[in-house]
Amino acid sequence: MATRINPEFVQRAVKIQLFGLTGFTIGILFFIICFISIKGLPQISFEFLTSNPVDMGRSGGVFATIVSTIYLIFVALVIAIPLGIGAAIYLTEYTRESWVTHIIRFGTECLAGIPSIILGLFGFAFFVMALRLGWSILSGGMTMSIMLLPTIIRTSEEAIKAVAYELREVSFSLGVTKWQTVTKVVLPAALPGIVTGIVLSIGRCIGETAVVIFTAGSSLRLPGSFFDSGRTMAVHFYILAREGISMPNAYGTAAILTLSILIINLGAYYIMRQFLKKM
Amino acid sequence: MKEKIIEKILMLLAFSAIGALLLMAIFIFKEGMPIIFKVGLKNFLFSAHWAPTKGYFGIFSMIVSSLFVTIGALIIGVPLSLACAITLTEFVHRRLMRILKPTIELLAGIPSVVYGFLGVVLLVPLIRDYLGGPGLSLLASSIILAIMVLPTITSISIDAILAVPYTYKEGSLALGATHWQTIHMVILKAARSGIITAIILGMGRAIGETMAVIMVAGNALKIPTSPLDPVRPLTSNIALEMGYAAGDHRAALFATGIVLFVFIMIFNVSANIITKRWQRE
Repeated sequence: MATRINPEFVQRAVKIQLFGLTGFTIGILFFIICFISIKGLPQISFEFLTSNPVDMGRSGGVFATIVSTIYLIFVALVIAIPLGIGAAIYLTEYTRESWVTHIIRFGTECLAGIPSIILGLFGFAFFVMALRLGWSILSGGMTMSIMLLPTIIRTSEEAIKAVAYELREVSFSLGVTKWQTVTKVVLPAALPGIVTGIVLSIGRCIGETAVVIFTAGSSLRLPGSFFDSGRTMAVHFYILAREGISMPNAYGTAAILTLSILIINLGAYYIMRQFLKKM
Repeated sequence: MKEKIIEKILMLLAFSAIGALLLMAIFIFKEGMPIIFKVGLKNFLFSAHWAPTKGYFGIFSMIVSSLFVTIGALIIGVPLSLACAITLTEFVHRRLMRILKPTIELLAGIPSVVYGFLGVVLLVPLIRDYLGGPGLSLLASSIILAIMVLPTITSISIDAILAVPYTYKEGSLALGATHWQTIHMVILKAARSGIITAIILGMGRAIGETMAVIMVAGNALKIPTSPLDPVRPLTSNIALEMGYAAGDHRAALFATGIVLFVFIMIFNVSANIITKRWQRE
């Protein structure tokens, strides 16, 4: 005859297992950050940050790759911010839920799920080849902007929705037009939430590799204009690590990449928290 | 009048994302379809002979590798993610959850190249020394991907569990069920569709991941027979050969992209359908 296991005992056993697995998971994550910091931080110095890579990155620093990364972020944001915020305003202020908004939301969600390698292929076929922009910061930035759109649309939408309806009613009752209400009342109130999305986007630009390597190329020269090819820090790190060019420099670059992104994302969370507290 | 123009412009902007998606589909299909017609869809999908310079374009081994790597990632990642989600929502103080959930989500920000690099310097030697084989393997890719999809699956599962009405839990406890019985018979059942959505989104991330996998998978062109075999998933194939491919070869890489695109769209659509049902419930 099968004996029934005491449910209280099962409960205790399961609880121990769950805590163990959770501790293990969080442990891995902390280990990753500690490992990168311990191996990488000692490599970073003022000189590492401000000198250009020498001999394909065997020695020297990462200055040119920081500049390329910043240019790329700039191009991507200049395109993605107006498109994303515009789309969010339309979805929240100008329409009711209908099949149109469903299609737009579904498209945005699908775009968020597209892997970066597909975006890279598209950027290569469209911007680099069809539009003849070549491997350039411009091609890379435009492809990245597509990748950022879903994040910016979603966070802006959430932020705009969080703005109290009364603010709009007061504005309308004063005879203000819709567009003026949006730009003068709603957007300023929603700004911190919108900024969160933009800050998160910066983090994604810094870490992205597959998109950039196909569209911005991997030239190590300091880019003179947006039409030049440039190697971002993430691409530089990939090449350093994959071709085993220089382990110390690879660790240093990994630490800069990881820690800068973690700090940026923490900043984004902080801004969002403050925003939600005020709402 | 001005208001009308603004509304039209905003509507245009709202369609930018879906426009980009369509443009992307058009361009990738335009570049890749000709070669699929040339070698035949059946040959392209179900032949494992890939020698692009000699005119053989069969991606069967890569499709199999992609699926195995993804399934492996889920086998490792889903139990860990669910354990985290259950523990954080049911067994720890809400204040601790509010700290740990964003902490786990933060890790989604670590770049995939860094995960790949950690795989190469830490995981691959471990597998090579203790389990045998070259180390660069299906197993290594699955483990790295499992860690990468953890934040996605955990975070969405937590939201799904938190959305279960508290009265369900009270009812079950009042009937004399233990806390664990309540969790796995009531709460997880009620949160089922949210958790499935989380897993599908994780699957999408795993099958589409490139830079981490390319560094730890070993990239050998064959159908894997053991978890310790090196593999080359669809994404790695594109990234590895894109740099020097031309003509039919390049087209075949775009065709590989089409296959990946179709997989992802199937995942997206099913996640969307399940989420809809979840929201209706």
